[in-house]
Amino acid sequence: MSQDSIRVERAALEAGREDNRVLAVMRSSVGRNAGLVIALLLLCVVGAVTAGDRFASTANALTILRLAATIGVVSIGMTFVIIGGGIDLSVGAIVALSSVWCTTLATQDMAASSGWLLMVLVALLVGAGCGLVNGLVISYGKVAPFMATLAMLASARGLAEIISDKKTQIVKVDGFAEFFTGKLLGVDVSIWLFALVAVVGWVLLNRTTFGRRTVAVGGNPEAARLAGIDVRRHTIYLYVLLGVCCGIAAIMLVARTTTGSSTHGNLYELDAIAAVVIGGTLLTGGRGTIVGTILGVLIFMTLTNIFTLNNRTFSEQSLLKGVIIVAAVLLQQRLASRSNT
Amino acid sequence: MSHPEAGVLLRMTGIVKDFPGVRALDGVDLDVRAGEVHCLLGQNGAGKSTLIKVLSGFHQPDGGTIEWEGEETSLSSPAKAIERGVATIYQELDLVPHLDVTENIFLGHEVSAGGFTQRGRARQQVRELLGRLGHPEIASTRLLGSLSPAAQQIVSMARALSHDTKLLILDEPSAVLDQEEVGNLFRVIRGLTAEGVAVVYISHRLEEIREIGDRITVLKDGRTVATGLPVADTPTAELIRLMTGRSIEYVFPPRPETPAADARPVLEVRDLGLAGVFSKVDLTVHAGEIVGVAGLVGAGRSEIIETVYGARRASTGTVSVDGKRVRRGSVTAAVRAGMGLAPEERKSQGLLLDEAVYRNVTVSSMTRFARFGFLDRGEERRRAEELTTGLDVRPTGVTRAVRTLSGGNQQKVVLARWLMRDCRVLLLDEPTRGVDVGARTEIYQLVRSLADRGVAVVVVSSEVEEVLGLADRVVVVREGRVVHESAATAIDEAKVLDLVMEGKVPA
Repeated sequence: MSQDSIRVERAALEAGREDNRVLAVMRSSVGRNAGLVIALLLLCVVGAVTAGDRFASTANALTILRLAATIGVVSIGMTFVIIGGGIDLSVGAIVALSSVWCTTLATQDMAASSGWLLMVLVALLVGAGCGLVNGLVISYGKVAPFMATLAMLASARGLAEIISDKKTQIVKVDGFAEFFTGKLLGVDVSIWLFALVAVVGWVLLNRTTFGRRTVAVGGNPEAARLAGIDVRRHTIYLYVLLGVCCGIAAIMLVARTTTGSSTHGNLYELDAIAAVVIGGTLLTGGRGTIVGTILGVLIFMTLTNIFTLNNRTFSEQSLLKGVIIVAAVLLQQRLASRSNT
Repeated sequence: MSHPEAGVLLRMTGIVKDFPGVRALDGVDLDVRAGEVHCLLGQNGAGKSTLIKVLSGFHQPDGGTIEWEGEETSLSSPAKAIERGVATIYQELDLVPHLDVTENIFLGHEVSAGGFTQRGRARQQVRELLGRLGHPEIASTRLLGSLSPAAQQIVSMARALSHDTKLLILDEPSAVLDQEEVGNLFRVIRGLTAEGVAVVYISHRLEEIREIGDRITVLKDGRTVATGLPVADTPTAELIRLMTGRSIEYVFPPRPETPAADARPVLEVRDLGLAGVFSKVDLTVHAGEIVGVAGLVGAGRSEIIETVYGARRASTGTVSVDGKRVRRGSVTAAVRAGMGLAPEERKSQGLLLDEAVYRNVTVSSMTRFARFGFLDRGEERRRAEELTTGLDVRPTGVTRAVRTLSGGNQQKVVLARWLMRDCRVLLLDEPTRGVDVGARTEIYQLVRSLADRGVAVVVVSSEVEEVLGLADRVVVVREGRVVHESAATAIDEAKVLDLVMEGKVPA
């Protein structure tokens, strides 16, 4: 090999870098999130034009945020799992099981004497337990995340139906629903809770060893393993984290509806995964942002809100959601394939 | 067996092939006659694989001419090469394990009529092909995955012959076979050459070449250094001289004057084994010592250090660092004990390519910069900056993605990672693969300076010169066994080559 050929190669590389600057901005998380903000603003314009003051009001903004809070908490947990190279299809079922378990007669009896925090604790533990099972089966059983969580989807909802006997369980414990549906500084407690989870999620992903390991495990599991990271254990942590998020979502849902039910959380997996992907997180793992996911959730919920205000059907919403998801993934693949050349 | 009177089937003249930053072939001449077994010899990296890929239409040469049956031609695609009659059987067999023998043989050119496959007719043809290869016992309906590697190879050859093949290229076909199976393979090859098929045979094993070959072409550093040597009259010493004579000299750092073997042992490996791959490996590396491991691809070199590192779970034996046993099969335990690995496949096993340089450097020592899990990113970046500047990683800037660095600089990032951890034992697998000539010397000096600081270093390399030049002590492995151990100065390249290829030192 001659020195000349090395020089030519270097020059070519540098020239290529210049060309890619525009693409690089599009690929960078800041650039992508700016795109999402623009999309959200456009959506708001559409809402204001089609529904007028019914859309552009503080009350409606809070309605959107209230809806976004539940799915948002799940989506933030899902962001970690997907960045870590996994997927979880069982989130909706885990939400259902948590909601049922924390509202059984036995739980409520105990909560009536020891305080409603017990219900919160039960919901979180059930979520964490399901996540732990997912994580163990995936890490140590070496079952594909898709399969393991699909099985959990079936089992958790099945168990929820058995426990509740397919009946809606009404919350009778004082204070529980009142606390979570109450307001603080004019904003719902559930929205504050979503904000808190979002901030904790952002710090966890961007400022801690946990977040750094998540990115490494998802980006290149083999390199992470050979660098000394315990990939299997970390994977378990990720699914437990998401399970806990499902527990929090279940609490919000139970408080809002004052019921626990085996039908709660239906299709949450679709909404959460879609929000994460629209938010720019790579489905192959290794890259993603919390801010992107939050924007993804807001876009989805604003869209739902506009449809509802304009008396459009749920079926029409589903149709459009599907189209948006495919468009987001296509865009993502386009950008990813260019970055590899 | 040789057919000197037969016409020339293929003549390649002055073939040049450039890859970004590397000239893989730099003037290769090769002529192959119908009905002969033409052996291709050369060390790893000599250009054999690239040459085969040019021949089978995967790569287009950047210079030189190819004549096929006396007419100049171009092999512009694999399909074109197959059409001309060139069939290649790679080391990694490219068959589909879930399909049966017949389906594999006719994959891509199914026997059909009007869009419907004609399975009966296909099976009949397969039986004829397998019979012609002397293996009628392989059932045409067997699932490929259920066959032995040797039988799979026969199926691969049957597939080659299902086209009208005039030139068959075999890339280290004996690597997966035992003694008896090699005998069978040779019978098949003799049968084919008797029918006038030419065979290009690649192998590291000289004894095989002696048995089956007619003529030899030797490649070195992308050039033909000798072509058309008759197998019968060329002494082994001459072949080894041709393979090893160097055009590029690397500069290796001087060894320390006090032999490191007197220092205390840091890494002690006892009776290490991995079922079916290697066994009874003993290895002691002292503080400040570099031990080189030489051997062919597939001899178990990489597997040995990956097992030492816990990336593969040993079936027997122990590994200790500073006298303390390391838990078997756990990389985490190995890293905690003070080991570090620069893996063979740097990009896929070593680096987080899209991540910043500093994150790649600190990934194994993150907890050092964390309090209650929160990272002090300023300190993290500062320490990484210090290290990479010290190692002269170019271009500078620890926030750039590792992907944008050259191979040599990427390797420095991997080394910086273990420097950051103050590791006690450094395992290097092919440390200069994909590293350009200038940067190699820097890597060598870096490795030596690490050893001088008291690190115990193990270097695995398929380049014998690198092992001999860099290491204090050399271990030669062949077929999963340590066959030789001595001071690096007590053995030369020719002897090592002889050991890895024939397993004994010539008198």
